[in-house]
This record gives sequence, structure tokens and C-alpha cells, in this order.
Amino acid sequence: MQRKKLLILFTFLFLLTYYQTNAQHNSHDEKVQDNVHNIEQHESHGEALTLKEQIKADINHHLLDSHDFHIWQKVSFPLPIILWDNGLHFFSSSKFHHGESVAENNGNYYAISHKNGHIYKTDSSGVIHYNKKGFESNEKPLDLSITKNVVMIIITSLIIFLLFSGLARSYAKNGGIGKGPGRILEPIVLYIRDEIAIPNIGEKHYKKYMNYLLTIFFFIWFVNLFGLTPLGVNITGNIAITFSLAILTYLITTFTAKKDYWKHIFWMPGVPAPMKIILAPIELLGTFIKPFALMIRLYANMKAGHVVLMSIIGLMFLFKSWIGGPLSFGLAFGLMILELLVAALQAYIFTVLSALYFGSAAEEHEH
Amino acid sequence: MDKLLNEFSFGLFIWQTLLFIGLIFLLKKYAWGPILNAVNEREDGIKNALAEAEKARQEMQNITADNEKILKEARAERDAMLKDARDIKNNIVEDAKNEAKIQADKLMEQTKVAIQNEKSAAIADIKKQVANLSIDIAEKVVKEELSNESKQLKLVEDMLKDVKLN
Repeated sequence: MQRKKLLILFTFLFLLTYYQTNAQHNSHDEKVQDNVHNIEQHESHGEALTLKEQIKADINHHLLDSHDFHIWQKVSFPLPIILWDNGLHFFSSSKFHHGESVAENNGNYYAISHKNGHIYKTDSSGVIHYNKKGFESNEKPLDLSITKNVVMIIITSLIIFLLFSGLARSYAKNGGIGKGPGRILEPIVLYIRDEIAIPNIGEKHYKKYMNYLLTIFFFIWFVNLFGLTPLGVNITGNIAITFSLAILTYLITTFTAKKDYWKHIFWMPGVPAPMKIILAPIELLGTFIKPFALMIRLYANMKAGHVVLMSIIGLMFLFKSWIGGPLSFGLAFGLMILELLVAALQAYIFTVLSALYFGSAAEEHEH
Repeated sequence: MDKLLNEFSFGLFIWQTLLFIGLIFLLKKYAWGPILNAVNEREDGIKNALAEAEKARQEMQNITADNEKILKEARAERDAMLKDARDIKNNIVEDAKNEAKIQADKLMEQTKVAIQNEKSAAIADIKKQVANLSIDIAEKVVKEELSNESKQLKLVEDMLKDVKLN
């Protein structure tokens, strides 16, 4: 027992010192990069960035989708750019040189905005103009590029598919008993069926929603978990992703809704006629607010988690002291564990609420 | 809100929607369908097995009860049979005793009769012999007595004495 405790303590200390030296090393690198960056920024803005601003910019950059798959310091893969701008434009993101330069394709010039990471059409100098509110005013082509998020979505989907199709095959092979790595997830599949789908939707109708509920739970959970790896992807913290998920929930709710669902919205039974007229628009608005809340909840939770986590890690570079380093490491460590919980919790909440909405759509009242 | 809209990437939205719907259909065909079917089958199997086990237990109980009953009946039958046998034995012994007694009595009677007969015959025989012997002796004594005068007289006298006495 005593030895075990000592072992844990030493491991912790080792990790701490390792992390510190690494952090110092990183900050050193960062400074060098800073200088390079500063010079560039200098040219464009005419002012130098402090370390604090640099961290802020890094966090912001991390939160956004990217056209490069950035892995480590200077290791990154270019990704294909697909634009629709009066014809298809297809080229490698290496043309942008990590967003630092203008890319030319078929006589059109494109540049990446540092603010939101989107591609804008520019002139040959690659200057992006900003309006009064600080938003880009250049023309924006339809960007169907395989971005970092798209790559991670494909990878995650592939992992989910391989895990669960493997599990499904093992059932057939072993006579109804699962085998292999997917087996760990079998209890979760059963949990979603028994504790989420059946209580919320009901024994009679739950089956047709199972495919969606299972897929959305594992998709959000896995994607959230990938967000916590050093790969630094922030998929569910992107509003386009949560919008897509929420709109699917909305569409499924709307298109599988029974007569009773619409009756409860437009002509609420059991209340006086004037109230029915007042309730109808409220209820109708509610159908949009529900998936909207789903979208914002997932987006805000994941984004906030990433911001706080990265800010605390950023503190290490700011403090550069014996107290600050370990302190922020400890905080980041604790928060990381919390984020692991949040990753599962958000997937769970999204699934439960979707099931709840499906339940209200499939419900048949007896009045 | 403006910032959110500014950050919204329509391309990413399209990719996510397409990939996600594709994933749902792929998983439906290759994962969720088979998995849920297998799990349902397994659960039904477990339920059936439990019901069957309960049924078997019930049957076992019935069999045990039956066995108990049969055993009880057999025991009762055995007891009855033993009792019958004992009765039969007693009867036989009783009968035999009676028979033997009757036979013995009969034999005894016959023996007694035979003995009586023998005895009568023997007594008759003895009587005859004694009579013969007496006659012989009387003959011899008379011969002797009557041989001389005096003795003859004396005899008469004695005889007369006897008569007087009678």
C-alpha cells in the first residue's frame, strides 16, 4: 500500500517536472515563433503582440476549424480545398502556406481569414477587408473543403463503424455473445435502449428511433473525447456541427410526429378556447426553441471547456514560476478529468433530450 | 450572435450532415440492426431458459411429491402384506396345533382301548391259568388227602369248620 502511494507520488512528480521542462521548452520555441509572427503582425497591424495576446490568438485558432491538419510544432498535413466559385476549384491547402499567403487557382485568388479561418476571395495581394463590425467583407465562395474537422469526423465515423460492425459480427459468430473491443460498449448500447429510449419514447415506438439515438450518442461522445486528445480538434465546439445535429433531431421529430403532437401544438386539449389561441404560437415556437437549445448547449459546453482548459495551460507560460507551473498543471489535470465527464454527459444529454422530443412526437394520448 | 454567424461554416455543415446521415444508415445496416437483434434474441433466450427452469423445477417438485406418495403407498402395502402373512402364519399354526391335538387324542383313545383289551385278555388268561393251576393243585392235594383215612376225616372236619364260619 505504502509502496503504491510512493509510486503514484513519484509518477506525479516526474510528470510535473517533465511537463515543466517541456513547457519551458515550448515557451522558448513559442518565443522564437512569436518573433517571426510578431514581425508579420508588425507589418500588417503595426503593433507587437504580447505573450498574453499570443496565447489568446492560439486558443482562438485552436477553437476554429482549420484547412491544415496541424499535429505538432511544425508537423502538419495539407488538406484538399474544394471551392464552388463559378465552377469547381480543387487544390491543396499547402498553397495557403498555413494561411499566411494568398492562393491562386484558375485565375482566382483566395486568402484565409485569421479571424474565423474561412476562405475569402481576394485580389492578387490577398488582403481581406473588414467592415465596421470587424467582419470580413470580401466575397465568400462556397467552401466544401475537407477541413481538419471533416477529416476527424470521417476518422471518428470509421472508428465507430469498425467497432460496432465488429461487435455485430462477433454476435453472429459466437452465438449471441459479443466479443472483441466493441464489447465494452455493449452495456452502453443497452443503457441507451433501456434507460433512454424506452422510458422516453415508450415500448411501442422506440425501435425506429434507436438507430439515430445510438449513432448520435456515440458520435458526440467519441468526437468529444477526440477533442480532449492533443490532436486539438474542436468538432462539437463548432456551431455548424451542433446545428447539423440539432436540425436532424428537429426533422426527425417533425416528420415522425403523430396527429396528437400537432393537436397539442395548435389546439391544446383541455384548456379554454382563448387560451388555445394564445398557446398555439408559444407551442409552435417551442418546437424550434427545443432543438435550438440542443445546438447551443452542446456548442457552448464544448467550446467553454476547451477555452478554460487551454487558458489554464496558457497560464503556465505566463507564470513561469515554481508555484504557477504545478498549480496550473494541477488545475488543468483536474479540469481534464472534468472534461472527460462533460464529454460523456453532453452526449448523454443530447441523446436524452432527443429521445424526449421523439417521445412527444410519437406519443398517442387517450383523451 | 453575429460572431456565431460569422464563424458558421456552411461547408462543414454540409459535410457533417452528409457524413452523419451516411453513418446512421451504415450503422443501421451493419451494426445497430444486428446488435439489437442479437441482444433481443439473447434476452428472449434468457427469459425462456428461466421459464423453462421454473417449469422443470415445478415438474421436479411434482415428481418428488409423486414419489413420496408412491413410497407411502408401497410402505402401506408392505405393512398390509406383512400383517396378512402374520395372520396366515398364526392361522396355520393354530390349525396345525388343533389337528395335532385331535390326532393325539384319537391315538391316545385307541391306545387306551387297546391297553384295556390287552389287560382284559391278560387277566382272563391269568384267571384261566390260575384256575387250571388250582385244579391241578387241588387234584394233587385231594389225591394226597384221600390216600389215608385219618386225613380224609380231618379234611371233612375242616371243611365243616369253614362252613360254620360262613
